[in-house]
Amino acid sequence: MEFKVPTMAQLMAMGEEPEILFWVGCAGSYDERAQKITRDICKILHHVGIKYAVLGTEESCTGDPAKRAGNEFLFQMQAMTNIEVLNGYNIKKIVTGCPHCFNTIKNEYPGLGGSYEVIHHTQLIQDLINEGKLKAEGGESFKGKKITFHDPCYLGRGNGVYEAPRKALEVLDAQLVEMKRCKSNGLCCGAGGAQMFKEPEKGTKDINIERIEEALATEPQVIAAGCPFCMTMLSDGVKLKDKDQEVKVLDIAEITARANGL
Amino acid sequence: MASQIIFILVTLAGIGLFSFNARKVIRNIKIGRPANRNDQPAKRFMTMLKVAFGQTKMAVRPIPFLLHLVVYLGFVIINLEVLEIMIDGIFGTHRVFAGLGGFYDFLIGSFEFLALGVWLACVIFLIRRNVLKLKRFSGVEMKAWPKSDANYILITEILLMSAFLLMNAADSKLQALNEGHYISAGAFPVSAYLQGLLPSSAASLVMIERACWWFHIIGIFAFLNYLPYSKHFHILFAFPNTYFSNLEPKGEFTNMASVTNEVKAMLDPSFVPAETAPGKFGAKDVNDLSWINLMNAYTCTECGRCTSVCPANLTGKLLSPRKIMMDTRDRLEEVGKNIDKHGADHQDGKALLDDYITREEIWACTSCNACTEACPINIDPLAIIVDLRRYAVMEESVAPGSINAMLGNVENNGAPWKYSPADRLNWAEQS
Repeated sequence: MEFKVPTMAQLMAMGEEPEILFWVGCAGSYDERAQKITRDICKILHHVGIKYAVLGTEESCTGDPAKRAGNEFLFQMQAMTNIEVLNGYNIKKIVTGCPHCFNTIKNEYPGLGGSYEVIHHTQLIQDLINEGKLKAEGGESFKGKKITFHDPCYLGRGNGVYEAPRKALEVLDAQLVEMKRCKSNGLCCGAGGAQMFKEPEKGTKDINIERIEEALATEPQVIAAGCPFCMTMLSDGVKLKDKDQEVKVLDIAEITARANGL
Repeated sequence: MASQIIFILVTLAGIGLFSFNARKVIRNIKIGRPANRNDQPAKRFMTMLKVAFGQTKMAVRPIPFLLHLVVYLGFVIINLEVLEIMIDGIFGTHRVFAGLGGFYDFLIGSFEFLALGVWLACVIFLIRRNVLKLKRFSGVEMKAWPKSDANYILITEILLMSAFLLMNAADSKLQALNEGHYISAGAFPVSAYLQGLLPSSAASLVMIERACWWFHIIGIFAFLNYLPYSKHFHILFAFPNTYFSNLEPKGEFTNMASVTNEVKAMLDPSFVPAETAPGKFGAKDVNDLSWINLMNAYTCTECGRCTSVCPANLTGKLLSPRKIMMDTRDRLEEVGKNIDKHGADHQDGKALLDDYITREEIWACTSCNACTEACPINIDPLAIIVDLRRYAVMEESVAPGSINAMLGNVENNGAPWKYSPADRLNWAEQS
């Protein structure tokens, strides 16, 4: 990248505190496709000049998949270790690149001693647009393009965030089309509840195929996502349907970064 | 006089039997673990008013919403008539509220329109279930009793409404004949059309009027006593169930306090837990679930909105959130019967997990909350699924192999995949 991504340890050494901590998450850190989204979130933060930092190697899994899989012990061990790190750095505000990290830190950490203002990266983008700090200019034009947004369960139904990602798409002057099942009726991509890490049970169809068929029915040029796990499921679905040449699956952060030529 | 005594006896028996069975249901619910849902009483009350009383979550599906609304309003409003029936029955009066004059005519007239509405709605409901065979009303859990249950309820309601209208038709005909105590009272905009079906002799009309009157009131008591055995219990439970429903974001799972104690003790040896931890983590049987889960089970109307939006069920997996609720109730009823027969400590060697709900079902859940969103009265099947998973993972260490591998990775590498924690920032080095 053209700029250096600051870590908390570095800032601390300089006696500085960031405005916001960017919680990258496991997928954003290790998954090749999600790493691109992570870099785009950093580019946006860098572009608007927000003072931010990441935890880098001090970050660890929030414990979300362990908790959804029923291992409360492991979840709380992870949570308490992370809270110790976060509180040690006196963190006040966190932006996450993943709705699962967002939900866990926002809702499940306070009861274990970790209270922070937590937002998802689509909410950050919405705020920046509202404040006039972020527009859609200087980059790729999405004008008139058909875009459909897939609501991540832990952002939408889980936490009632439906407008932020759509706001980020509205500024593109694109043609926003909704799937039949959207917002509070949105259909899961099939990855939640620790399904990402196992083979599905016996059935007639994979959930991501059911979802991608619905997405493709809107005849989109772009399927927008807001979660690295949805990204995997949707991308796989588009590939399986042999549509990956015509239809792109992009995260809201990637779309924003492209539109601004970042 | 004899009929008054019989009426009072029937009433006492009807209410007595219901309280006896209702007490058993409440005892069964109390088998569950404690859960504190007494916070934010104002918000809880508003939720109940909106969701149960106002039926806001039903509106998502307009056709059943309208039909259900007619039956609901009919049920609530026509039951005002029951007050008059009670007084007439006990004191041997006839249409005791007739003195209200024009207002009484308005009431009886409205009841007639509502009764016709309920009658029609129930017929349409029967057609939807048995002729159109809507997918939502089928499924592995909807065979035998649950299927009949719905039909019995609808047929009973049709019969009750028919009796009500026939009673009025006979009554108004007797009024016209100036027969005995049949004073001129009430307006009969609907039942007027039924008069032609009735005989003209006063004696036969009195018999029909009385028969329908008795059928109507005995039917209501029978219905009341049918509730504890039926999915129709929601007409009562919808209110406490929504009052005590989850007010936190749906994505939030509860943090288990018992685990917090152990984890704190592990991380800090000097930590002394405030209370002793319960013996079991998660749920194997109904007594390991919370009383909220168990009340949810009694409240479930088996409408299948949850299952119809469940991504696992939609793609042919075994999981059906409705079945989770029905299994929980069936097992709880079984445990309750065991207590009645053999005392509180009886073990029948069965459990909710495996004997009712299989592992394949609980592992198919994506925790997407589509089921809890869809439930018109805020039932939470996901909470039960998670508690069953907790038991499987924490007490038995039995989970699908790939789940165990993921848990191992989180424990050892701080990520669900097998990557080195030292590589966590590598993404920043690329462009």
